[in-house]
Amino acid sequence: MINIRNFSIIAHIDHGKSTLSDRLIQATHVVLDRNFKNQILDSMDIERERGITIKSQTICLPYIYEGKQVYSLNLIDTPGHVDFTYEVSRALKSCEGALLLIDASQGVEAQTLANLYLAMEHELEIIPVINKVDLLSADIEKTKKQIEEDLGLDAESAILASAKEGTGIEEILEGIVKYLPPPSGDPQAPLKALIFDSHYDPFRGTIVHFRVFEGQVKPKDWVLFKSNNAVYRVEEVGIFQIERVPQKVISAGQVGYMIAGIKTVSDTRCGDTITLKDRPCKTPLSGFKEAKPVVFSSIYPVASDDYGDLSEGMEKLKLNDASLIYEKDSSIALGFGFRCGFLGLLHLEVVQERLEREYGLSLIITAPSVQYQIIMKNSGAINIDNPALYPDPAMIEQTKEPFIRASIIIPDRYMGQVMKLCLSRRGINKNYQYLTNDRLEMIFDLPLAEVVYDFYDILKSTTQGYGSFDYELIDFRETDLVKLDILINGDRVDAFSQLVHKDRAVERARYACEKLRDEIPRHMFKIAIQGAIGSNIIARKTISAFRKDVTAKCYGGDITRKRKLLEKQKKGKKRMKMVGQVMIPQSAFLSVLRADTG
Amino acid sequence: MFAGLYIHIPFCLNKCPYCDFYSITDTSLHAVFLDALITEMQLIDHEGLHFDTLYVGGGTPSVLDVTSMERIIEFAHQSYPIDIASEITVEVNPGTVTLEQLKVYRRIGINRINIGIQSFHSNNLRFLQRSHSVSDINQTITWAVKAGFEKLGLDLIYGIPGQTTTSWLSDLQQAVASEPQHISCYSLIFEPGTPLDDGRLKGYVVPLSDENICNLYETARTFLTDKGYVQYEISNFAYTYGIESQPLNPEHNQSRHNLKYWSFAPYIGLGPSANSFIEPKRFWNHSSIEKYLADLADKRRPIEGIETLSQEQMMIEAIYLGLRQTKGISIDVFNSMFGQNFHARFKDTIEDLAEKGLVKCSQSHCALTPKGMLLLDSVVAVFT
Ligand SMILES: Nc1nc2c(ncn2[C@@H]2O[C@H](COP(=O)(O)OP(=O)(O)O)[C@@H](O)[C@H]2O)c(=O)[nH]1
Ligand code: SF4
Repeated sequence: MINIRNFSIIAHIDHGKSTLSDRLIQATHVVLDRNFKNQILDSMDIERERGITIKSQTICLPYIYEGKQVYSLNLIDTPGHVDFTYEVSRALKSCEGALLLIDASQGVEAQTLANLYLAMEHELEIIPVINKVDLLSADIEKTKKQIEEDLGLDAESAILASAKEGTGIEEILEGIVKYLPPPSGDPQAPLKALIFDSHYDPFRGTIVHFRVFEGQVKPKDWVLFKSNNAVYRVEEVGIFQIERVPQKVISAGQVGYMIAGIKTVSDTRCGDTITLKDRPCKTPLSGFKEAKPVVFSSIYPVASDDYGDLSEGMEKLKLNDASLIYEKDSSIALGFGFRCGFLGLLHLEVVQERLEREYGLSLIITAPSVQYQIIMKNSGAINIDNPALYPDPAMIEQTKEPFIRASIIIPDRYMGQVMKLCLSRRGINKNYQYLTNDRLEMIFDLPLAEVVYDFYDILKSTTQGYGSFDYELIDFRETDLVKLDILINGDRVDAFSQLVHKDRAVERARYACEKLRDEIPRHMFKIAIQGAIGSNIIARKTISAFRKDVTAKCYGGDITRKRKLLEKQKKGKKRMKMVGQVMIPQSAFLSVLRADTG
Repeated sequence: MFAGLYIHIPFCLNKCPYCDFYSITDTSLHAVFLDALITEMQLIDHEGLHFDTLYVGGGTPSVLDVTSMERIIEFAHQSYPIDIASEITVEVNPGTVTLEQLKVYRRIGINRINIGIQSFHSNNLRFLQRSHSVSDINQTITWAVKAGFEKLGLDLIYGIPGQTTTSWLSDLQQAVASEPQHISCYSLIFEPGTPLDDGRLKGYVVPLSDENICNLYETARTFLTDKGYVQYEISNFAYTYGIESQPLNPEHNQSRHNLKYWSFAPYIGLGPSANSFIEPKRFWNHSSIEKYLADLADKRRPIEGIETLSQEQMMIEAIYLGLRQTKGISIDVFNSMFGQNFHARFKDTIEDLAEKGLVKCSQSHCALTPKGMLLLDSVVAVFT
């Protein structure tokens, strides 16, 4: 165990994490240099087929320290968005240390901070690495100063590197051995291992990525997953190199994979504890959270006959994405589709993009919603995330909405703006504290519904990228909810309905009407777009009718040209949805979804 | 069914900034073009068709000298069976013809003349960069009548930036005053790629509003109808009275040749960029004099493209072309052509459009209302 180091690389995007990882792989001869490219690419092709990228890979680097001692350096990769904070935290929990990679020409950037604080929370040892020192624009002194002053780390120990040119790589490897602590834990104790990731292999089923804290696990063991008491028989354990390398046993301190006849990724839960069925550990590892979807939205194919393909696409995505949940849904305007739960809006976008790209679908996404608790006058409480199922307001006793506690870390010069932003989102300021002399952590209680849309993006732009944001769900609080409907020429379009706070309704209605006015093309007749609560119209826009749409001349060659245009329009129509007589383009549904109201 | 023969003369004095027809201004090519055209006539078979219209268009056919025109007409008759009672039209532009020339035209059998007047207002002519003046117009009309043309057509353009209803009305009045048998009113189109459209994109030219253009259209329709001209296609009007105000067969003064384009009659086009249609094929010549000449020098058909229409494509065209005409789609013709029941297939569409006041349908025809005419392209899109 003394020869093991488990670490992650924390970096802002483009600061060189992938390049450095490749260098570390090369330097440790996981693969022979001349095969390097090919092997990596081969493996990537396979990974592509499986629908994941090599970037989210864990790898075990064999390293010979000072020419004698062989070490296993486990590089554990982490995703980088607030929607996936929990996944990041599980990956970091599996490490004892981290490299903090900073681009010397850019300096410390915001995104790094959230993950750095997470790393500090897990008491990881941090080695600052200043990358891209080969660049003329590299400012090493300034970067060091930022490391000391902004991050409160010791810049003395910072390693200077150029991942591109391969300088500093040896120092980094040495540093990992020298400065990062080895793991600890009793290999004889009952098995206690953490699932920090998993992926799907079409031949072997789910591949669980895990870190053993205590005990050991080997093939033919019966393992128990603590969260749901599921039991599996282990078929294979091993370590990640470019390919999976089977091992006889994985024990305390090690990082590896397990294959155990687990059918889908959803059967494993990130953060769950694995133990032995016959010799279970007493307490699971701390910090396990069921990955709960927080945003709900429906997905429909633009062309109704694509429903089959959508259904197949969802099933396949689900194999690899445990946090995606869905069930059948149907809409009067849009036909058959799925109601889905996501970890956040980014997760929604990832799913949408993959469905569109990998399955060639064109999709309509309805306005995202959080889940409300509705206490009925006579029949108990229900949970509602779908506006279509919102009950008659007369039957409602009380409505509660989910609240989060947000931790926002910013340079203190942005305090005023961030305060304003949070208050405008119905936030309640609970606390704030200085972390360093100009860096501030602000704690707010905020309605989840106010942050799922665009809060993070606005926070980032208000703080020029320096704001970090993390949150946890805390409770449900009473709220004043209404169902906002959108009517197109008097027809209620269920796909546009949304549940909103009463104080927000007029603003949202206006916004939706304006967006639709801009996105729906002119027709031969006037189109009225209305926002309504019940029978009460609260916003209205109109699209005036065309006065004229006619080609003046049509002789010889014009005929072919005109027909081709009509044929093109006909194809375009397939990407439109008819609501009554009105053709609504896919972009209109998306524009309402992007509710970038301030 | 009689066929139409079209001959494209790709020469003009100047290139008008709004024009997207294929034409060039290089007069040195007249002679080689003429030879090539004659080769083409010898090369392209009449396909067993009989012709009852010949249309020499362009371009500006009248920029060719009279002997060239004589040869063209002569060879056309030699190569294609052209009926004795054919409508033979030549397009001319004011300022490009003499009385003598027109007399020759008449003598060689040309019996219909179409003059590209565009406007009687010099500010409009300047905007359109036409090379003729208002007095050229009046003279050409007078000469055409004097030369003995009994069928005279005038082309007008409306929707010119700056144009008012009053000035448009005065164009119409002056046009009617010379008692032409046919008047075409074209709304100015900003064709992509033309200098005019460039000007619009750059903001130098601001098009009239749709509202204004619609009013001008209405003005023309009302005025011309009142004067005895019946609209038979979106942009075309024919006079319906003969001598001593005797009502004529409405088709008498319509452009028999142009009607062929809208009714699936076969036609053969010769000259650069000319189009042909012989069911179910459409084909078209190179829009390039160089390629056209090169092909014919090698005795190759100067064809740039060819397409074979599917039933579905023909149907789209039938609807589009049918609705351009005020009489509309003839249901019987449609049904027998496509083996379908028009009324059954488009029941909902028709009902809906009728309710909106855009189409009116009888047992025999389905046609656009005046309001529908202005929305033709959108209405057709509903059918497809
Ligand atoms: N000049 C220079 N460029 C580098 C260095 N390391 C990475 N890059 C470049 O920076 C860009 C981003 O690198 P990448 O490893 O993809 O960053 P990641 O987004 O953090 O994974 C790429 O164009 C790399 O080639 C370095 O040390 N010096
Ligand atoms: S005269 Fe007619 S064909 Fe020639 S450029 Fe002008 S508009 Fe075009």
